[in-house]
Amino acid sequence: MGAEPQAAAGNDFTARAPKALNDPTLRANFRRAMDGLMSKRAAQFADTPAWEALRARGAAAKARVLARLPELLVELEENCRANGIEVHWAESIPEANAIVLEILRAAGARTVIKGKSMVSEEMELNHHLAAHGIQAVESDLGEYIIQLAGEAPSHIVMPCIHKNKAEIAQLFAERIPGLGYTEDVDALTAAARAELRGRFAAADAGISGVNFAVAETGTLVLVENEGNGRLSTTLPPLHIALMGIEKLVETLEDLPPLLALLPRSATGQHITTYVNMITHPRRPGELDGPEKVHLVLLDSGRSRVFGDDQLRDTLRCIRCGACMNHCPVYSRVGGHTYKFVYPGPIGKILTPQLEGLDCAGDQPHASTLCNACVEVCPVKIPIADILVRLREESVRPGHSGAVKGGGARRSWLETLSWRGWMLIYSRPWMGRLAAWGMTRFGNLLPERLPLLKAWTSVRAKPRFAAKSLHELAREQGYCDE
Amino acid sequence: MSDARANILARLRAAPRTAPPERPDWTPPVFGEGRLERFRAMLGSVHGEVVETTLAAWPERLAALLAERGVRRVLYGPAAPVGAQLGRAWMADADAPTLVPYDRSIEEMKAELVHTVEAGVTSVRWGIAETGSLVLWPDAAEPRLMSLLPPLHVAVMAASGLHDSLAQLVAEQGWAGAMPTNALLISGPSKTADIEQTLAYGVHGPKELLVLVLTDQ
Ligand code: SF4
Repeated sequence: MGAEPQAAAGNDFTARAPKALNDPTLRANFRRAMDGLMSKRAAQFADTPAWEALRARGAAAKARVLARLPELLVELEENCRANGIEVHWAESIPEANAIVLEILRAAGARTVIKGKSMVSEEMELNHHLAAHGIQAVESDLGEYIIQLAGEAPSHIVMPCIHKNKAEIAQLFAERIPGLGYTEDVDALTAAARAELRGRFAAADAGISGVNFAVAETGTLVLVENEGNGRLSTTLPPLHIALMGIEKLVETLEDLPPLLALLPRSATGQHITTYVNMITHPRRPGELDGPEKVHLVLLDSGRSRVFGDDQLRDTLRCIRCGACMNHCPVYSRVGGHTYKFVYPGPIGKILTPQLEGLDCAGDQPHASTLCNACVEVCPVKIPIADILVRLREESVRPGHSGAVKGGGARRSWLETLSWRGWMLIYSRPWMGRLAAWGMTRFGNLLPERLPLLKAWTSVRAKPRFAAKSLHELAREQGYCDE
Repeated sequence: MSDARANILARLRAAPRTAPPERPDWTPPVFGEGRLERFRAMLGSVHGEVVETTLAAWPERLAALLAERGVRRVLYGPAAPVGAQLGRAWMADADAPTLVPYDRSIEEMKAELVHTVEAGVTSVRWGIAETGSLVLWPDAAEPRLMSLLPPLHVAVMAASGLHDSLAQLVAEQGWAGAMPTNALLISGPSKTADIEQTLAYGVHGPKELLVLVLTDQ
């Protein structure tokens, strides 16, 4: 372990950030996108009291889910089964991948068409399937673009937000036979449609995520604008839905407020083009829809997050992306700098909990604690409080065990410094002496001093005043310190 | 794999419990007489077109609207009331577009549905004024893909089916006890803004959504 917190475990965010910050195209792409998303969202919630009431209702709906999570999962499972949807449980990502592969193999599936799913990104499902000879094609336009480019999503709602029109035009010209270079968005969209239509028709299976699973009715709810989610879940004979174990609602009645919050927070739309509620596979007499529907419930660290009643609030997230759109850090460094699947504020609290502070301990520090995310989060997740808590967990001795890899960023020098601080400031005479010393000699401290360097590497070194506050107060005649 | 279930549930059950909070009051909006206006405005804002007509007149009106667009091959559900009426009306009209019945399974009709039909005509179960949404409960007579694969979706809705909000519909119509295979809310044609936040329509589903509101129904 290094002498300074900056060199401690799980940190290369600070090393990666300058690259993004110095990339003017990337900066411009994000600035334009974030400004657009923020103003569209603001227009949707112009009526503040109405928004507050709606938000309170949405937050309560998700908090209720967490209060009854194990019971609701069992209820969801029972109702899905009764509806003819097969339910699978996966503790880990390898387990989830194995389940999906097994289902596809049993069906003899060779090609898969995918709707957008962040859980599948978590699983790196496409790689896994490819390694076993199954081709998975992304059909959400943004996901399709980054799949062509061999990149990862940079935003949870708009995965190719880091690319501009010219970059996409170039990519399509290279990768779509017969298209040529065009920056006409309609032409680019039409080219993708034409490419993907055949893939949909030929696919042996469709894989999707789930936005809300309704425990009461065993219904899977998917929201989207493109229709690719509907196609993926309707056209192929087999549908596999992937969801984290937290993405539930108790009742159908809880759905309308959450549906009113999600798209408005995400993209400033009053509703998405499609809200797709799937309750059964194709039933006798019906002419389309998959014959078989499977639901895979993924834990992968979530039950551990659930174990701590403060950190648990992380699991209320409905993945709207508003927190990243409003984040001064995300909007400047973009999604790839975080290096994990979930970027921005939600990523900064979720990733260290899922992956461990030993390998993602840098994430909670990539924040100014400005609170912008907390103000816009539609389900009122106290992101800033959780960030602070995770920072504590990462340096805590004999930590609570709430987070994997807790204490990983603890450094002896920092610990020693705080001990010294405590010692000095719990004794008034020592405190006075220290203040006197700092005012007289503090400015002589070299910038490169360990600990101080962490601050001075990106900021000017603070200057100590010539006299301490206490001295000034005494001079003014205040004698009671 | 059954271990996974037991282990996950055991971890969740071992965690400290909190009492579920009450659901705070929240009243979805009500539009009264302004319902149809709201519906039209909201659907219009997402590129949907609303045409007011009547039960007796709509098939002819539709034939004219499709002629303007040069649409010739129309997918319909002959066993559904809307499809049956369309079939009867257009049979007598030599200039009407060709009707393609969705009467076999998708596996048998895939090529036609994916590549050649130009429009699909469906009924609408309810409308939602708040968001300008159509509620479709596809069934054997009007399957799910009718509103998705053709480049133009024509939806026929009785004005009396218009409700204020989804919350109202879910509660009043008792959805919780009667969820169909697939329930859909459709608000406008298929769209994307994935390329530089520029809107483009018809990325995977219909490029155009035409809603015929039967004002006498
Ligand atoms: S943390 Fe809140 S704002 Fe961020 S994605 Fe989740 S729900 Fe949206």
